[in-house]
Amino acid sequence: MPPIRTYHDLTDADRSGLSEQIGAQRKRVAERLAKVGRVIAVMSGKGGVGKSYVTAHLARALARSGRATGVLDADLNGPTIPRLLGIDHSPLPTSPNGIEPAKGADGVKCISMAMLLDDGAPLAFKGPSAESFVWRGAMEASALRELLGDVAWGSLDTLLLDLPPGMQRYVELCDILGAPPAVLTVTIPTAESGDAVRRAMRAAVERGSRLLGIVENMVGEQFPGTAGDDLAREFAVPVLARIPWHPTPDTWDGLGGRV
Amino acid sequence: MKFLCVDCDRQMAFEERQLPGDGTLAATFKCPTCGRTVAMLTNPMETQLVSSLGVEIGGRTVPAQPLETVRKMVATGREDAFDEGGEPRGHAAEPNGSLSWSPEAQERLARVPNFVRGMVKRIYADYAKERGIAQITPAVMDTARAELGLEGM
Repeated sequence: MPPIRTYHDLTDADRSGLSEQIGAQRKRVAERLAKVGRVIAVMSGKGGVGKSYVTAHLARALARSGRATGVLDADLNGPTIPRLLGIDHSPLPTSPNGIEPAKGADGVKCISMAMLLDDGAPLAFKGPSAESFVWRGAMEASALRELLGDVAWGSLDTLLLDLPPGMQRYVELCDILGAPPAVLTVTIPTAESGDAVRRAMRAAVERGSRLLGIVENMVGEQFPGTAGDDLAREFAVPVLARIPWHPTPDTWDGLGGRV
Repeated sequence: MKFLCVDCDRQMAFEERQLPGDGTLAATFKCPTCGRTVAMLTNPMETQLVSSLGVEIGGRTVPAQPLETVRKMVATGREDAFDEGGEPRGHAAEPNGSLSWSPEAQERLARVPNFVRGMVKRIYADYAKERGIAQITPAVMDTARAELGLEGM
């Protein structure tokens, strides 16, 4: 038998048009975000450092300063942003143009899986349970794409994306956006946190993200350390804020003024 | 994924997609030269993987709907997550438009979980409107479901 031609050798038009379908999905996201001034991913690589807390209060500070701000809660499995923004579970107005985001404290627009799931229910998908690890990641990436592209964000100065711990969602985000987003990193002062956050920052740099700076959260006697300064020096970025255990609105307004 | 007719050295063309309803998928491909047809059968996990990407083998049968994958695939969605009242007046899915729903069709639609009902209603309404159908009945819904491959809706 002669050598069989490869996949790339076959170039006839394909009625399925899978690549065109993927292209249309990306175009939908790009068109939706065309009126968004900047997209900032809030990440750390470490759980429990207060990313969502920082994201919500930063968003409120930005909104108070007159900048139209939205938050996409990209923690699909542990969404907390609506509660932090004081958003209840009113039904989201829907039209063929998209889903209207909810409005929270200080007028921050928000979409979160928490608004779509039954109270207390985990994010579960229909489908075969056997080997669900094969498709679950793709399903979550599709959900993230739809939250970006199908929500009628309107004109925003800033869209903050609250990422879950780890790097998977960040990588998905880079693929969906077609370009790496700017990154704001959150850490607590401890060396352990610094180790995890360093890996995340390195991955972000390797992907081409611009590092805006570091927010050192939970600063006080409880968590001694210098992770914020260490990471700032290593990556040549500023420490944008040191958030004490009991921050005031001025704390957040200061951060908002530097982001 | 592409199929090659080895004898003819020709790329086979997509012919038809079938969703039997058991989570599997069948797609047929035909050689443009010799006419030989083959069927690709995917198991539930493979079918789910394709669905997870938000794409359809054989091409899209209906325009992409807002949060389509989420609404079709999330099993734990809240009943009152969406307010469908935001549809513009005169849209095909509007009850006061030229399109009507028979009582049986309304009853059937009411059995669709609210999380996905608005989207499903809009798809059926657009299907009827495009074909000049004045009233949606269960038979129309069955035909649309088969033609559009609305498995899971």
